Amino acid sequence: MKQIKNIGFWFLVLFLLLLICLPGIWIFVSAFRPNHEILSKPANWIPDRWTIFEFTQMFSIKGYVSVPAFQYLMNSIIISLFSTIIAITIGMMGGYAFARFNFKGKNKIFLGLMLARAVPGISLSLPLFILFAKLGIINTSFGVIIVYVAMNVPFTIWLTDGFFRQIPKEMSEVARTDGCTRFQAFWNVELPLAGPGIGAAAIFSFLLSWNEYALASVLTRTIESKTLPIGMMDYLDEFTINWAGMCAIAVVMIVPAVILTFMVQKHLVSGLTFGGVKG
Amino acid sequence: MNRKFLSSPIILILPSILAIGFVIIIPLIFSFYTSFTSYKLTRPDSLYNFVGLRNYERLIDNAKFWYAFGRTILFLAIVLNLELLFGLGIALLINKITWGQRTLRTIMMFPMMFSPILVGFQWKYIFNDNIGLLNNFLYLFGYESAIAWLIDKKLAMGSIMVAEIWANTAIFSILLLAGLLGIPRDPIEAARVDGCNSWQVFKHITLPFLMPFIFIALTIRSLDVGRAYDIVHIMTGGGPAMRTELIWTMIARVGYKDANMGYANAMSYVSIILSIAFTYYFFTKLVAARRELGQQ
Repeated sequence: MKQIKNIGFWFLVLFLLLLICLPGIWIFVSAFRPNHEILSKPANWIPDRWTIFEFTQMFSIKGYVSVPAFQYLMNSIIISLFSTIIAITIGMMGGYAFARFNFKGKNKIFLGLMLARAVPGISLSLPLFILFAKLGIINTSFGVIIVYVAMNVPFTIWLTDGFFRQIPKEMSEVARTDGCTRFQAFWNVELPLAGPGIGAAAIFSFLLSWNEYALASVLTRTIESKTLPIGMMDYLDEFTINWAGMCAIAVVMIVPAVILTFMVQKHLVSGLTFGGVKG
Repeated sequence: MNRKFLSSPIILILPSILAIGFVIIIPLIFSFYTSFTSYKLTRPDSLYNFVGLRNYERLIDNAKFWYAFGRTILFLAIVLNLELLFGLGIALLINKITWGQRTLRTIMMFPMMFSPILVGFQWKYIFNDNIGLLNNFLYLFGYESAIAWLIDKKLAMGSIMVAEIWANTAIFSILLLAGLLGIPRDPIEAARVDGCNSWQVFKHITLPFLMPFIFIALTIRSLDVGRAYDIVHIMTGGGPAMRTELIWTMIARVGYKDANMGYANAMSYVSIILSIAFTYYFFTKLVAARRELGQQ
């Protein structure tokens, strides 16, 4: 009886794993199959032939043939990287302030920041589109970067606040009685201790910038500033879809995201829960 | 200088507030103004054509908008509840496993890395009536008539919900698992000695302890409900016959396709209030749950 229960349990776990992983695996496999094989009916489940055709079309040395994926990739990297660095710098300052100081209206400001973050991208995109067009920063990486900075700041504050709280106040006080300035104490004592949390916050904001669609689809127009999620739509015509190409660009998008998330997943969870529970 | 710099919380928070002011607050004030004009992108001078509350009046009379609004609420109610339920189930399941738990937890996070636009595309591919994984799979079992998952009026919304749940259950399971791992052993053992069964232990000890974690997950999740737009946009674009039209896809249609910015901004305000209400509600619940556990 117990054995049957055990088998049932592992069967359930296996089923869940399949459900979680299969869609991604299917995309990955399809990216390396020729399009006619994807379209074949009835389906052939095991690819007869592996090909990197779609990737060479995107990244050929002589320039792209199908979709300028290399340019999109570069835009994505630049925009995500810069918005993350700026968001982490100013968000960390905010998180430190919330963790270490008591000031008037503290909880209200914190709540206000979170609520600002809750505004849906598509609702924000209409006025941003008009304003950025007037300011002349539409279709520039710069414009997208400042938008992502603002979107990432509240969450960075939430995460880093939680991590700074975990560090005993006394450590910085001891350093200061030993002659450090507050900044030196922060730089040499508290910042290294909060390192994992800041790393987790950085990955989180990188992923948000990397994956964002609603705002970027409005603020970027051409190859100059289009990011990968927007570029992906190049494969989508009115009536037809180049499935193999779309899967290939999906792989380009997902591989860096997977690697980065796995690097920090442990700290991510502890940051979210401590920041929330003890906040 | 440095000392002063770090001693003033206001100066430390100021850059964050400036960034949010520039990117979120000022645009929202501007769009609040345009929601009282007949602003059309194609006619820039209409920005100064003040029409009072007419956009909002039109909105109230627009049955299609209220259908979309109701559908959005229903959509959120169903997916959030199911995500919480599945997330809790998965967390309890993984909590039982001692061998390979860490690996499983990592795999569980897999969908979190997917861009919503990618999630939409992926499920569009799976649900495709002709070449989709699902129909090909059913074909193996002799079910030969292709089901049009995304084109059938009755099935399209359910298919989108599957995609949405697949993508967002992970945040619940990850955070609830962290909560489960942090539950002290003593009260559970004491309750068992006193004769509580598994359900009673779960209801009176595990669940109250998990409450703050549930609200953390709901708060974080509520920040991003608007991202469902990406998924619907790519999977059905609001079709068939507007059966999957959510408030966000409607904003995009009215704002960009019809270039009717003033009207779209009025709709945006309804959606913004909706999102903020969700977040505010869960956030206050989180604060209350924390207080109940005596964690300050």
